[in-house]
Amino acid sequence: MNKLALRGCVITTLAILLQSVPVSTVFAETINQGAMLSITCAGCHGTDGRSTGAIPSIAGKSAQYIEKAMMDFRDDKRPSTVMGRHAKGYSVAEIKLIAAYFGNQ
Amino acid sequence: MNNNITRRRFLQLGSGLLSATSLGVWSQSGLTAGSKPKTHRVVIVGGGFGGATCAKYIKRFDPSINVTLVEKDKRFVTCPFSNLVIGGLREIDSITHDYAALKTNYAINVVHDEVVDIDVVKNSMALKGGGSLSYDKAVLSPGIDFLWDNVEGYSENDIGVIPHAWKAGEQTTILKSQLEAMANGGVVVIVVPPNPFRCPPGPYERASLIAGYLKQHKPKSKVLILDAKDEFSKMPLFTQAWDALYPGMIEWVAGTDGGRVTQVDAATKTVFNELGDPVSGAVINYIPHQMAGTIAQKADLTDASGWCPVNQKTFESTRHKNIHIIGDSAVAGALPKSGYAASSEGKVCAIAIVSAFNGIAMPDPSYSNTCYSLVGKDYGISVADVYRYEGDKIISVKGAGGISPEDADDSFRRAEALYASGWYQSITQDIFT
Repeated sequence: MNKLALRGCVITTLAILLQSVPVSTVFAETINQGAMLSITCAGCHGTDGRSTGAIPSIAGKSAQYIEKAMMDFRDDKRPSTVMGRHAKGYSVAEIKLIAAYFGNQ
Repeated sequence: MNNNITRRRFLQLGSGLLSATSLGVWSQSGLTAGSKPKTHRVVIVGGGFGGATCAKYIKRFDPSINVTLVEKDKRFVTCPFSNLVIGGLREIDSITHDYAALKTNYAINVVHDEVVDIDVVKNSMALKGGGSLSYDKAVLSPGIDFLWDNVEGYSENDIGVIPHAWKAGEQTTILKSQLEAMANGGVVVIVVPPNPFRCPPGPYERASLIAGYLKQHKPKSKVLILDAKDEFSKMPLFTQAWDALYPGMIEWVAGTDGGRVTQVDAATKTVFNELGDPVSGAVINYIPHQMAGTIAQKADLTDASGWCPVNQKTFESTRHKNIHIIGDSAVAGALPKSGYAASSEGKVCAIAIVSAFNGIAMPDPSYSNTCYSLVGKDYGISVADVYRYEGDKIISVKGAGGISPEDADDSFRRAEALYASGWYQSITQDIFT
């Protein structure tokens, strides 16, 4: 997101808070390569990486943790059932984007 | 969702005092204050794994888009895990979902009706209940329909006696009831169609879980699979599991060994292969040959194959502009006809549509698939792959993906059974909430 948009975002937020208007709010997620690579993970790990079942959540973990986990799965340094098969499908640069996406949740 | 505005832009909807115009609508291309923006309209046909996912993710990426989801049923019963219902491991209520959260959480207009015709020139759809819907872009995720004519003697009128159970719901219950009513020692015949068909490992998961039920309740019974093909999805894993869990209970007949069924006699519960050999069963589950959903055929979106050719990056039809097809109906390169793939396609399609409306470059698409099959209560196997768009096709990434290892131990199989249930929990949460 560019700085202008970010500034506008803050101003809009403040404007709404100041006026105390009851509004139905939603957050538009930014389209970028990180989102494209990451949203498909939600099928197993839940929307935004928040799993409610037996598969671990990704949300709440740091980007560093996620990057290391993905790299270890990819390089067969960490045992897994299915993650090794997935992680091998991504380049180092892509793993960094995925880690940044979920690390910022 | 959290309030992290460095990643997510804040929009407000539905306020009478702060109109979109006075604030400026934050489209994906940035702030466009001062001019009243055009409200883009998307109509999505089919509220299953592809369509419902696409609706939700369009709204996540751009809540200003008006999204209408047309789905015949008020409650959606998933095909994934319907084999667990048939095998007695789950109740059908646990695989039944509704659209309340999509309406409330994402302001998606859910219309319970059926699209009977699409005017691809005027961009409008006629509804069975009367009325019509106009769209700027449409997404069709109609799933499959059956090629009744590809077999003699079987039609829609026979599905109460010989269920296909390849669309979940009442059909699932019929098959389950027939198994429960069957005497100990009966033969259950599963007839499997040729490729391509919905859920490639599905028939073999079904055979496994039926065998599981029979082993417990009717141990003299058997499952006979008559297959149109000579090999099948996750074949070494299934056959290994059958030997381990259900020795002697499941017999698989390959297409070239007489497995191709060309005739069905519902009255005597008998099927005939291409040589004319009859096979009778106490229960027959005939899974018909398949094609794209009827509405796709009607709207001239299918080719000679019976499926819908699409631009595999955006899923826009190659036959008509502004209509995207996702899920089982689409020809999606190396992606299988699975619920997970349909959902993944729904997300890529959502990004394609939002990018186009907002005039931004679509990122390089990335797709994935993860399918678990439960072979026994504590015995799971999986196939997983990562896919990319290369040339003009979706290809699976070399060196990644594949099926569960053949030499895995019991704890690995138990873990995959556990993850299968976690998968179901997550994917249905991702789609319907």
